[in-house]
Amino acid sequence: MSSTLSKETSDSATETHGDTEAVQNPVERFLRTKRMPHIWCPGCGIGTTVNCFARAIQQCGVDLDKLSIVSGIGCTGRVAGYLDLDSFHTTHGRPIPFATGLKLANPELKVVVYSGDGDLIAIGGNHFIHAARRNADITVICVNNFNYAMTGGQAGPTTPLDAVGTTAPYGVCERPFNLPFLAESCGAVYVARWTTYHVRQITKAMVEAIDKKGFSFVEIIAPCPTLYERRNRLGTGLDRMKWFKENSVIRNGVDTRYCDIGFQQEIVCGKFVDIDRPSLLEMTEAKMVDLLSKRRWEEIAKRQQKPLGGVHTKE
Amino acid sequence: MSGNGSGALVGAHYLDGDHAAAEGAISAGCNFVAGYPITPSTEVVERLAGRFPNTGGKFIQMEDEIASSIAIQGAVWGGAKAMTVSSGPGISLMMEHIGLAAMTEVPCVIINVQRGGPSTGLPTLPAQADMMQARWGSHGDYEIIALSPNSPQECFNLVIHAFNLSEQYRVPVLFMMDESVGHMTERVVIPPQDEVEVVPRRFTKLPPGEYRPFETDEDLVPEMTKAGEGHRIHITGLTHDEQGYPVMNAKCQDKLVKRLVDKIRKNAGEISLYHEDGVNDADVVVMTYGITSRVAMRAIREARKAGIKVGHLRLVVVWPFPEKYVRRLARRIEAFVVPEINLGQVVLEVERCTAGKCETVPVQHAGGTVHDPRAIYDAIVEAAR
Repeated sequence: MSSTLSKETSDSATETHGDTEAVQNPVERFLRTKRMPHIWCPGCGIGTTVNCFARAIQQCGVDLDKLSIVSGIGCTGRVAGYLDLDSFHTTHGRPIPFATGLKLANPELKVVVYSGDGDLIAIGGNHFIHAARRNADITVICVNNFNYAMTGGQAGPTTPLDAVGTTAPYGVCERPFNLPFLAESCGAVYVARWTTYHVRQITKAMVEAIDKKGFSFVEIIAPCPTLYERRNRLGTGLDRMKWFKENSVIRNGVDTRYCDIGFQQEIVCGKFVDIDRPSLLEMTEAKMVDLLSKRRWEEIAKRQQKPLGGVHTKE
Repeated sequence: MSGNGSGALVGAHYLDGDHAAAEGAISAGCNFVAGYPITPSTEVVERLAGRFPNTGGKFIQMEDEIASSIAIQGAVWGGAKAMTVSSGPGISLMMEHIGLAAMTEVPCVIINVQRGGPSTGLPTLPAQADMMQARWGSHGDYEIIALSPNSPQECFNLVIHAFNLSEQYRVPVLFMMDESVGHMTERVVIPPQDEVEVVPRRFTKLPPGEYRPFETDEDLVPEMTKAGEGHRIHITGLTHDEQGYPVMNAKCQDKLVKRLVDKIRKNAGEISLYHEDGVNDADVVVMTYGITSRVAMRAIREARKAGIKVGHLRLVVVWPFPEKYVRRLARRIEAFVVPEINLGQVVLEVERCTAGKCETVPVQHAGGTVHDPRAIYDAIVEAAR
């Protein structure tokens, strides 16, 4: 895909150019089609979320050249490789601090972290809570499939109590994290949860999260039919979608303490938090303006825009 | 106090090594530092937290060293010149991202103010026992550059050089101070900013669509870019092709990892930096780096008084090791004496390169203080016998 084509966000990709040209999939221009086929299994929910994300970035009209996507390790960690954006596939659990540094260094960028539950909440849990606490200006999209899929279906901190994983063959006996509650209690200003059945709601939540100043968080419950669903005898990807449809309850604005997910219990979905609180960048700037005066702060910020380095005398 | 409005200091100052290193970073144009408190390196980040508002830099105290060592890499891809600072236990946590920086060729500086180890060890006391960790502490094959200053003035000068090398070779540069140098206060002269030699980042001039982030010519070092330029780059710690896309096979691994190693090994002669004193007509050469070089000077002086022809070779760049030079010297001298505050690290390289052509005498010290010069003197006398 040429980058000039993918830069144009306004024209409709579904438009046919005469009778001879084929209709292009509307999300294709957001993807690195040369990288296809992707690694995800049939029935996996991650692709659905990527489709929603492509539609979301189209809808919110963000300049694609100024949008960076940061992933960690795992099945969802591969999202960065398939989106035609500046994309960073970092180490396991660390996309959030990478994104924090990227955004601080260039506040012009929109920075979205896109990763899985094991990456963001287990090994990356410390970074998650601190980014929410400092209200870092990033969006975090967490695809929660209740297990470590890339490594073969191990249990993790989001696996529901009593569900089976390869490292919990007799069922999990630890209480899992309730992610919306975790995010809210640590200071996230936007928190929503949907399942991959709710494609329109996911897209809307992604648009709102990207437009939000500060730390915004979207959890997406997704099927992993190859591992989690199979081992727990929950059927195919399609069976799971039907289950999501019948067992999700939408409770916008509900107290996130009541969003726990039990094994085969109802899944509370909705937008739970949408508040305003000064972000890390805003707080930093306010402090600097207070310290240095507005004029001096702007002068220093302007100087930092210049190319790096001082005098180039080498060679 | 500011010379030209840049916020960098000028003139003579009375600074400890940690503060001097912080000033060196400012003079080098560093504008992003992420760190986490740890003795004996904390003064570096304290200084920068105080100084950065006036120089336009950003300091963020992260939740741990793991976060610090990757936040700086995010910042580099955002266009910043970035550094992190720590000591033993914190550096151990950073190893994951030193590997990532080596693999994704992120120019950055990592300061290690060495203290006694292993584990929590001796937080307030010196050691030089992280030298091998600096070289290969992260998993996989890679090469980095490591510098070792022996005074606050060198902390200032060499941090600038560390940034320059990191830009020139797109490699993480480890700045191996130790507690003694970090907490030693001396006169530090800071030149006017326009006299500071700063190697700028080699940003690509190619337009989007043509630029491939890991394509190189003979110098083996690819050009840089940053996010937001329209290149739609993909950066991954996985084995990748010139475009940056993951390729899982032995052929791509061979090409990439060999280049990462070769860009340092083949340029070792260019990168090498050492000071010589009386090496030309020496029978015995004392090889040192960092604080040990200053302790060794006393022993060398005494040995010369006793009539021994002893030279001093002080490594400023420890990695890559000046292999060819040491091989050459080994054919001519009687012995190397290698004092270091560890139980034998750089001396292994000396032994390997001399290959039995001359004697190698280690002077080991487990850390907690510097050597007694008499131990080095005795080793010189023994070597000359």
